Amino acid sequence: MGHRTALYDAHLAAGGKMVDFGGWDMPINYGSQIEEHHAVRQHAGVFDVSHMTVVDIAGAGARDFLRHLLANDVDRVTPGRALYSGMLNDSGGVIDDLIAYKRDNDYRLVVNCATRETDLDWMEKHAGGFAVDIRERADLAMLAIQGPQARSLVAGLLSGARAEAVNTLKVFGFAEDGDWMIARTGYTGEDGVEIMLPGADAVKLWEQLLDAGVAPIGLGARDTLRLEAGMNLYGNDMDESITPWEANMGWTLVLNDRDFVGRQPLLNQQQHGHGELVGLVLEGKGVLRAHQQVLLPNGEQGEITSGTFSPTLGKSIALARLPAGATGKVDVEIRNKRQPAQVVKPPFVRNGKAVYKEL
Amino acid sequence: MSEIPAELRYAASHEWAKNDDGVVTVGITEHAQDAMGDLVYVELPEVGQVVAAGDEAGVVESVKAASDIYAPVSGEVIEINESLEDEPELVNNAPYEGGWLFKIQMSEAGDLDNLLTADQYQAQIESE
Repeated sequence: MGHRTALYDAHLAAGGKMVDFGGWDMPINYGSQIEEHHAVRQHAGVFDVSHMTVVDIAGAGARDFLRHLLANDVDRVTPGRALYSGMLNDSGGVIDDLIAYKRDNDYRLVVNCATRETDLDWMEKHAGGFAVDIRERADLAMLAIQGPQARSLVAGLLSGARAEAVNTLKVFGFAEDGDWMIARTGYTGEDGVEIMLPGADAVKLWEQLLDAGVAPIGLGARDTLRLEAGMNLYGNDMDESITPWEANMGWTLVLNDRDFVGRQPLLNQQQHGHGELVGLVLEGKGVLRAHQQVLLPNGEQGEITSGTFSPTLGKSIALARLPAGATGKVDVEIRNKRQPAQVVKPPFVRNGKAVYKEL
Repeated sequence: MSEIPAELRYAASHEWAKNDDGVVTVGITEHAQDAMGDLVYVELPEVGQVVAAGDEAGVVESVKAASDIYAPVSGEVIEINESLEDEPELVNNAPYEGGWLFKIQMSEAGDLDNLLTADQYQAQIESE
């Protein structure tokens, strides 16, 4: 038996098909992954993401510590705003990707569950010399409510400062009220919020959301939604051997004069060149999948890092790591046959609509 | 509990086979489609292709994964379910009816005896 979130019984009650995910018993779907996908694109869905690891970083040295630990710069944002960043190793490879929430005097990080121990060890290892307190918040559950109707439906169930926050937060803004942290963030390419809150509150909110017509969404649709949104999945699209440059995360790098972990290898790579993570839209038959080989017209090769069938586009799409500057048509090897695909700039879908551009 | 019609025969690899005077219709079981999730692509053999029992004869792909389809009996493929090109979800919605995959003119009647009965298939999926 794996770890269970506060919502385990609620998943079973909603017909969730439970699978092991990074040591947690989580719902892969509640019947149809594709219907769940469409519910988020067209209406609203709720995800239990309590398996993700929440870490509070406090102390007088918190800012300096995070400016050293993260490749993005927490000084870029004001309190009440969140920031996406990679946490890199000494070679510039991505140990994890995370969201950092900047409060008035301290910070909260949300990291992946599969990398929890590596992340915590890495943070502890680099905390020496900083007056910093690193505290995991396993007591908190986390719900993501996403879709064009998500914020209005959530706000309708809340009152006071919480409803106000849901109604008025800017994208990547957040607010706290009591034990709740409400952020206008997500992993779907739709509008919505993510709420960190005590487990008992999460169970109650989950039930209210389902009663209000919000669909429960499993990890299966979470993956197709994030891929349509062109968002990376740690372990697929990047890992410790891949730098942010090679994972379409260059926009998260702040190469100012501060000395952060992995900085020098990033500067070297910037000079010498590197592969790129781009999108593919399949024009031939089949479904693009991770690890399929991509063949360029000039004989160079690349590899798909995440692939799926896009329910919104009705076509197969993928993220692929290709040599720099790859454009136009490529072939993908699917079951020993070459199938044509178009190189595109992700995201594929935003706010329910196709938005990708051919490269 | 998934449906396992008593009148059909089954391969351990989760295909069903229905014999009508030597023409064997092939599909995947309710259990198989449920395990795969929503199907999004079906690759079928060519009409006229000759297959031996156990040969790869197609692929079904769900949002999650691809899975090979094996011919449960030997013979010549005489018809494929062309509706599946546009509506692969028929396999999910009606695995034993509109979601059939292809028909084989059976060359070795004895092949059917090598397949599982409904009871045997039921026992197999319970032990998985």
